[in-house]
Amino acid sequence: MMKTPEDVRAQGHEKALKELLLQLADDDFIVAYRGSEWLGLAPHIEEDVAFSSISQDTMGHATMYYQLLEDLGLGVANDLAHARKPEERRNAILLEEVNGPGHYLEEPRYDWAFAVVRHYFYTQAKKIRIDSLQASSYEPLSHVAIKVNTELYYHLMHWKTWFKQLMTIPGEARERMLSAVSRSMEDAGGILALGPHEKKMTEAGLIEGEEFLKKRWLHEVEAMCDDCGVQVTLEPMMKRGNGRALEHTEDLTDAIKTLSAVYRQDPAAIW
Amino acid sequence: MTTMTAFERLSDEEKHNHFMQRIEAGEKIEAEDWMPEEYRMTLIKLISMHGISEIMGALPEKEWVPKAPTLRRKLGIMAKVQDEMGHGQLLLRVAEDLMKPYGRNREDIMQDLFTGRLKFHNVFHMPAPTWGDAGLIGWLVDGAAIITQTNMLKASYGPYARALQRICAEEVFHAQHGEAIIMALAEGTDEQKALVQDSLNRWWESLLMFFGPAAADTTGSSKQDTTIKYKIRTKTNEQLRQDFFTKYIPRVLSLGLELPDPTMRYDEEKGLWIYKQPDWNEFKEIVRNNGPKSKERLRLRQLSYENNAWVREALSPSNEAI
Ligand SMILES: [Fe+2]
Ligand SMILES: [Fe+2]
Repeated sequence: MMKTPEDVRAQGHEKALKELLLQLADDDFIVAYRGSEWLGLAPHIEEDVAFSSISQDTMGHATMYYQLLEDLGLGVANDLAHARKPEERRNAILLEEVNGPGHYLEEPRYDWAFAVVRHYFYTQAKKIRIDSLQASSYEPLSHVAIKVNTELYYHLMHWKTWFKQLMTIPGEARERMLSAVSRSMEDAGGILALGPHEKKMTEAGLIEGEEFLKKRWLHEVEAMCDDCGVQVTLEPMMKRGNGRALEHTEDLTDAIKTLSAVYRQDPAAIW
Repeated sequence: MTTMTAFERLSDEEKHNHFMQRIEAGEKIEAEDWMPEEYRMTLIKLISMHGISEIMGALPEKEWVPKAPTLRRKLGIMAKVQDEMGHGQLLLRVAEDLMKPYGRNREDIMQDLFTGRLKFHNVFHMPAPTWGDAGLIGWLVDGAAIITQTNMLKASYGPYARALQRICAEEVFHAQHGEAIIMALAEGTDEQKALVQDSLNRWWESLLMFFGPAAADTTGSSKQDTTIKYKIRTKTNEQLRQDFFTKYIPRVLSLGLELPDPTMRYDEEKGLWIYKQPDWNEFKEIVRNNGPKSKERLRLRQLSYENNAWVREALSPSNEAI
């Protein structure tokens, strides 16, 4: 068990831990942003309240991971979140994709089916990862995982409810959901990946291996689809590349521009 | 049970007198209680406007949610806009209960918003082009809202008074969140300081308008007399505006900001702030959805309403039965 940043350095696991924390932080940072773009646009006011609460929690999770990186001496949390270039980010490509045509302030034509499927897929993957991280060899990370898990329980329940509700209504709703599922599957491999440093991570006992996590995810999603009475090809791919290996799309470049718009006006100032 | 029957036998005038006695005695009126048409209509108008304003009010801040400059500020503004949506939800439920006898519901509220029958607060028709505005909205717009809402905390209508208790408690956090942003800017670089003065200048007239005209003759209509008669509120628009000045002018000055109105002064003798009236004709135009951002923000809501039509359809009771 590594209790402090010094222990991590002494045991030579700094690189593996840094990579893992950046994946966790960048995933939540970008998906919280995509969620916040939905503000005021959700199917009803009750959902706006619930969804913005989830996005807020998720941004809080990203903050905790960036803080762990700061504690390791790898930079200031705020700078890690705002100053890093898109090509330095480790988030999965599925999470950086725009919500749909338009801009969050102008003519947004967002797709609720895609929102539900993406958030369900991601939250399920996050749940499995977090369960594994509760037993992480880095104690501060396992503590964060325990905290995150209490909120995650509600997030997962929320997206499962939507998924099931819309998937079980024949006609337009199910059609839209099925097409969102096959579209999301093309990049879903990315949320399950641990990237080029996976072996170092597992050797350090930071998290269980990718194959194990993926198997559990497939099992959960398959059970959900069975429950909904739909047949889905469960083949999570990384068609557009692996975000863990720093591969990204233009969507991320635009997102980072927005997320750092005020920060960049004066990175040295106190805001 | 016997009192109910006895009550039902009363004439409308007697019922009305009984109702006014309850109001005078400071009793709380509940959703199922008998109430005069005028009271119900006034409440529906007031509360649905308040509720929809909370929802439309999240839109000027929406731009700044992702752009907030630090993780802490991102979390702060996310929490705030979520609260505002929650306030909207809470209030619309209160309004919906009042509308039930007319067979009207949420759908009607949204349609009234789109057609312009249901108005939302003047401040939420205005642009918020800088991070300074994000701070100023929290500090002074929520600050102004606290003043008007505190004035109704003891409202005779129980469900509204109870909703306001919770809302006001959260508004205090919003004002603190806004004040913290403004303080950081005011103590920052010259560029940051300029953001604050710039925002104050931009929002000044809107803040004065927020409390509504002093008397009905300014804009041709004002509900304040009715709401005072029924003890929904206690103070007049002008009293509230004066309270706002008394609370915030010293704070504005202590931050080294200049008042956008050079004629403003406190008249010790009258105990009143003397100030330049905002353009009340412009106010009328703004709340008629002819403000600088009215159409754009309504468009956002309307677009989401259309885009999500299939979801509402899927969730409609006829589908739930399947
Ligand atoms: Fe509010
Ligand atoms: Fe507020």
